[in-house]
This record gives sequence, structure tokens and C-alpha cells, in this order.
Amino acid sequence: MRKRSQRLWLIGAAAVLVLGAGGLAAVALQDSVAFFAAPSELIEKDMIKAGKSARVGGLVEVGSETHGSNGELLFRITDGDHTVPVVFEGIPPDLFREGQGVVAEGKFDADGRLVAKRVLAKHDENYMPKEIYDAMRKKAGPDGAGAYEKEPTS
Amino acid sequence: MIAELGHLLAFLALATAAAQSVLGLTTGGEATRRLAVATGMFTALAMLTLIISFVRLDFSVALVAANSHSQKPLIYRIAGAWGNHEGSMLLWCVIMSAYGAAAALWMRADRLRDRALGVQGLLTLGSLAYLLFASSPFLRLAVPPLEGRGMNPLLQDPAVALHPPFLYTGYVGLSFVFSIAAAGLINGSIDRDWAKRVRPWALTAWSALTVGIALGAIWAYYELGWGGWWFWDPVENASFMPWLVTAALVHSLIVTEKRGSMAAWTVFLAVLAFCLALLGTFLVRSGVMTSVHAFATDPTRGIVLLIGLAIAGGAALALYAWRAPKIPPGPEFDPVSREGALVLNNLFLSVGAALVLVGTVTPMFAQALNVSLSIGEPYFQLTFAPMMAVLLLFMPLAPMSAWRKTELKPILRRLAPAGILAVIAGGFAMIVGGWQPWLGFGVLVGVWVIAGVVLDLVRRAGPGGAGRLFKLPLAVWGMTIAHIGIGLFVIGATAETVTRSERTFPLQRGESATMQGWTFRFDGVRQVEGPNYNATRADITVTHDGRTDVIHPEKRIYPIAQSGTTEVSIRKTAWRDVYVALGDTIREEPGVWRIRIAFHPLIDWVFGGAGLIALGGFISLTAKLRRRAPATDAAAATTPEATTETPPAGAPA
Repeated sequence: MRKRSQRLWLIGAAAVLVLGAGGLAAVALQDSVAFFAAPSELIEKDMIKAGKSARVGGLVEVGSETHGSNGELLFRITDGDHTVPVVFEGIPPDLFREGQGVVAEGKFDADGRLVAKRVLAKHDENYMPKEIYDAMRKKAGPDGAGAYEKEPTS
Repeated sequence: MIAELGHLLAFLALATAAAQSVLGLTTGGEATRRLAVATGMFTALAMLTLIISFVRLDFSVALVAANSHSQKPLIYRIAGAWGNHEGSMLLWCVIMSAYGAAAALWMRADRLRDRALGVQGLLTLGSLAYLLFASSPFLRLAVPPLEGRGMNPLLQDPAVALHPPFLYTGYVGLSFVFSIAAAGLINGSIDRDWAKRVRPWALTAWSALTVGIALGAIWAYYELGWGGWWFWDPVENASFMPWLVTAALVHSLIVTEKRGSMAAWTVFLAVLAFCLALLGTFLVRSGVMTSVHAFATDPTRGIVLLIGLAIAGGAALALYAWRAPKIPPGPEFDPVSREGALVLNNLFLSVGAALVLVGTVTPMFAQALNVSLSIGEPYFQLTFAPMMAVLLLFMPLAPMSAWRKTELKPILRRLAPAGILAVIAGGFAMIVGGWQPWLGFGVLVGVWVIAGVVLDLVRRAGPGGAGRLFKLPLAVWGMTIAHIGIGLFVIGATAETVTRSERTFPLQRGESATMQGWTFRFDGVRQVEGPNYNATRADITVTHDGRTDVIHPEKRIYPIAQSGTTEVSIRKTAWRDVYVALGDTIREEPGVWRIRIAFHPLIDWVFGGAGLIALGGFISLTAKLRRRAPATDAAAATTPEATTETPPAGAPA
């Protein structure tokens, strides 16, 4: 009898906790998932809304890099057809360059600019974020990506 | 010659590991023990030959040519041996077989040891086969280049040079925990003695893993140049999930060792921890994830790792499913008891690990459906943080509870001062920190944990006073220090996350920026030459409270690797770090540099707390070893221990 009651409260406690955690995870996933998209996709699907999280990948548009009044970095990400303006307050990665592949992660503000919390660039000659590679290949075909020598990831 | 010698040694290790697994799982005995030691020696020597190749800059070895350079300082030439995929796999084999050798030398000789060595032999065999046939570090180049290609300069750093050895001692060490678990399941001997013998290995692996993760976080903090120390990046989560499960394991092992309860759950955790370590390795090495840290990504390697994970995990879980029903449940206990408290600890830690797992692998599954998404910090803050907050609110109750059944009232009365102190400290922090409720809550939790564990120590010392403190068992000290570390970590982590402030200033030579009472005057940049890099070094005069000094944040360019790093300057003060990084010039305004200034409050508490957690683990470990030392005969070792702890207040006799 005792044995059974012990097992029961153990299972009960575990079930409550797991259900609670599952609910929490479901709510959190709805709010905090950032979908990756190229600028064209964002614009065509009308995904640019204030407060929306996103991960935008493409090339840093040549000639778009400038800075705001507080020294924040301003640039545009392009995929050839469309561009998305980005604001970044931090110091960009060391391999951040115009014309290079980049992924910016953050939320859109009211002006439709992506306020990036994080900017990923090609890490070194062996590594570049997979999404950059995919975006490049989508855009330029296998030859365009060939500029990066080899496919970094599957 | 030396690379061929290494290759040969690795093959010898492969042979001895095979023999070790066959003998260990069948007849056992002295031969198994010797084979395990031999495997450990052969892999260690193989590693040594690789290190020699790196130190001697033998560019005819493909791996050296790809990852080293003659201008690299000696210590990074040595660390370069494991700063790449192939070399780190060899390090993996070294550590795995070293655990086998250590167990062969120190574990009591019986069937459990022999079978554990047998299973460890199998794991080592698999790892060595993977090393030799899928990622050999010993391959030669037909035409050796005159110069190597250098190493990713981000990795040229003392913390990250030591990071892999500690990290691997941690999560590869879990392989031996797995092996004893499998051996216990095969023998059908999952009992108190089994738990007692697993615990030192689990503690070693867990403490080393703590150090490894902390080193990685410290490195990220000062080397990546943005002042973050934890990004919930898949690679970080890969080591954090086994850490959480092993944290649960070292607690449930106490219950199994002292009371004989929860044995089936404990052995499950022991199996799970290593499976998660393998899963983590797969996530890191296969390139399925986008991560700032991913290196050596190659899909075929990923598939081999996945197969390895499936075999080891599948076999162990099948074994578990078969044997676990026969594990005796042990004496029952009341929900309100120390066992109950530790069950709660285990539930929260495992659910926490599961939440991290969901956040880590969901993007991977989404990718399989051609949806590209990422899950960042907000998810983990919304799910993982509340779990841990509840866990920590319960934490001080556990050490004060009695086994089997306990009264809550006397414990709560005893903890009342801690509660009052926590509320006052939390309220004070909230006001000082500018009405930040989460800061207040974090400080409340941290102070509650620390004060609670200190009160527990006082209770254990009893009326004997301070002198009695030093007579307390080392295990109690280990627990106390680790729990204080948790409290400090929580305070530091919330303070740092909630109240850090950062700004970027575009500055021209001679211009100043002022932030929070600190003035930074930019005195221009100059070029400096390092051993294998060229640096642009800024001179910045910092003035605060009438004190002035000059700091030199740098940007380095490594011409060989064709990449650069940002070397920040950090001024430490009592309560916070002043963190200055040199950015780029601004294109349309020559001579203007972007300088990023950040204040990181209580950041030392984050790393110091993690250090104390690891220290606590190591102290508990020495307690195990010291206690075991006099018990030379097997009979003494299996006797249930006499009271290692003073009976808790209000405990029924």
C-alpha cells in the first residue's frame, strides 16, 4: 500500500512538472522563434512588422555601410532583388565587410529596420553560417556559392 | 617517422581496446586490468607524438600543415594539437582510455570493474576506429609545404587552449559513468555499493565539465569582443545538457548510496548523461546546426557519429529496459523528506535539460522540413530560468531535511533568518539597481541559497562552535561550497544580464566620451607588431574619481589566417568590469573610430561562482577518496557507512 502511494505521488509530481514545462515551452516557442529569411522573402510575404523577430541573411550591400548619430552601425542586407535596413549597436564581427555574407538577428522597429542583437559573418576561411551559404546558393546558383571554395556544411 | 609511430601506437591501442572489451565482458581478471592500462598508455603516447609533430612544426603531417604555423608561440603550437577536429578526436580517445586505465588502477577488482572496463573498451574501440578510419590526425602530405596555414586566431588564447582538455575530461569522462552503469545492469547489481563506486567518477567528470564550460564562457566574454558569456548557442547547450543531467546524477547517487532508493532512476541518468554528451558531439561536429563555434563540419562524420550514438544509446537503453524492472525499489520514503527534496532536485534538473534540448534541436527538425528558424535567448529565459528559480527556492531545505521523513516546521524556523536576509537583500538590490524587479528576485534567490547553506553548516557544527566546523566531513564542505557557488552565480548572472550597459561612441583623436561617471579620452591608434599578427592599438585615457590610467584595446590581423580578432581592454573594479573594445573606422569620416564601452556588473561572481561549484565537486571527490583509502578489504567497503553527517534537527531517531 505504502509503495503504491509513493509511486503515485512521484508520478503525480513529475506529470505536473512536465506538463507545466511543456506549456511554458509552447508559449515561449510561439514568442521567441526567429524565422530565417532572405530580404525578398520578408518583403514578398509581408513579414516586416514592428516587434517581430527575424534572422535575415544575405550580403552586406556595397556602399550601404554608414553610422548613426550614436555611432551605431547602419547597413543594408541584400539578396540582389530587395534589401532590408539593419541597425546594430555593437561592434560587428571582425570579418564583417561590404559585399560579404552576413546573418543579422533581431527585431523590426516601427520604421521597418531590423534592430540586430547579433550579427554573424563568415567566421574564417573554413566556416560560414550555413544560412549564408544557402542564401548565396539560392541566389547565384552553385557557381555563386563556389566563390566560397567549398560547401561548409551539409 | 614520429607520425608513423603515432599511427602505429593508435593501432596498438585499437588492438588492446578490442582485447580489453572481449576479456572484460567475459572472463575478466588481471589481464583486463593490464589491457586497460596498456590502452591508456598507447593512446597517451600517440597524443604525445602528435604534440611533438606540432612542436617541431613537421609540415609533412597534413594536420600540422593545416593548423599550425612557424610564427605561432610554443604554447599554442602545443594546444594546436587539439585545436582541430582530428586532434581533438585523439584527445577524446586519450581521455576515454585514461578513465579506463585509472579505473583499472584504482577500482576494487571484481566483476563490476571488469565489466565496466569491458564496456569502456568497447567505447574506446569505437572512438579509435572512428579516429583512424574517418579522421586520422597522422596522415602525411606527399609534398610538404614550406609553411603551415595557421590556426583560427580566435583560438589563440590561454583559456581556449585549456578549454578542450577540461571539457573532454568532463563529458568524455561520462563514458566511464556510462560503462559502470552498463556493467551494473549486466551484473544485475545496481545497489548501494554500485552507487558508491560510481560517485567519484561522476563527480570527477561533472567538476571538470564545470571548469570546461566556465573556461569557454570566460573566453567568449573577453575574446569575442561583445562581452557576452553565454549565448544559448547549440554548441554551448551541447555541453550544458550533460552538465544538468550529471548534476542530477551526483544528487540522486547520494540517495542511492545512503538509502538504496531511486536506484533505477540513478542508473538511467548515468546512461542518459553520456548519451547527451554523444548527442552534443554530433550537434557540434556534424554541421547540422548554425553556430558561432562549429568547426570541422562534415556530413559523413556526422553520420558516423549518429550511428555511434544510436548503437551506444540504443544498446544501453535496451539493456536498461530489460534489467531495470529487477532493480529493487529500496526503502520507501515520505514526500517530505531528504529523498523527496532530492527527487524534486532531479525532476527540475531533468526537465530543465529537456527544455534546453527542445530549444536546441527544434531548429534542426525544422530545417529537415525546410523551415529555417532559430531559437534564442528569450525562449531559454522564459522556460529554463523559471524552472531553476523554483529549484533554488527549494534548495536550502534539502540538506536540512532528514532521510525518510522530516518535519518542515523546524526547518523553516531555522531558515527564517536566511529568508529575512534574502528579502532585505533582494529589496535593496531592486532599489539600488533602479527598480529592476528581476534583479531583486535574482539577488533574493542567491542570498537565500547562500544564507540557507551557511545556516545548515552552523547547524551541523552544533554547539561546538567554529572548532567543530573543521571536523565536519569533507563531503559537507564540498556541498556547502558548491551551493554557495550556485548562489553567487545566480546573483552575478542576474545582475550582469539585467543591469549591464553598453554604448558605442564614434571618436576622433583627442575626443572624449563619458559614461556613468567614467571619462574615456581617445588618444589615437598606432600599429604594433606581434609574433604572428599586426595590431592596431588604441591609446585611451580613462579617468574616474580623479584616477587616471591608460588602456590599450586592440584589433589584430593575422595575415596567415587572413582573419582578425578584437582584443578588448578590461578594467576591473570592485563591483564591475569596465570593458572597452576598439571597432572599425567609419568609412565616410576618416580618423573616426568606433569605440564600444560597456559596464558588466558582478561578472566575476559569474565565473567565481562557477569556479566554486567545480571546487565543491572536487572537494566532495577527495572526501570519497579519503574515505575509501583505509577500507582495503572488500568487506569494509561494502558495510553501510556510519553517520557521515550529524543527524538533522527534528529527525526521528
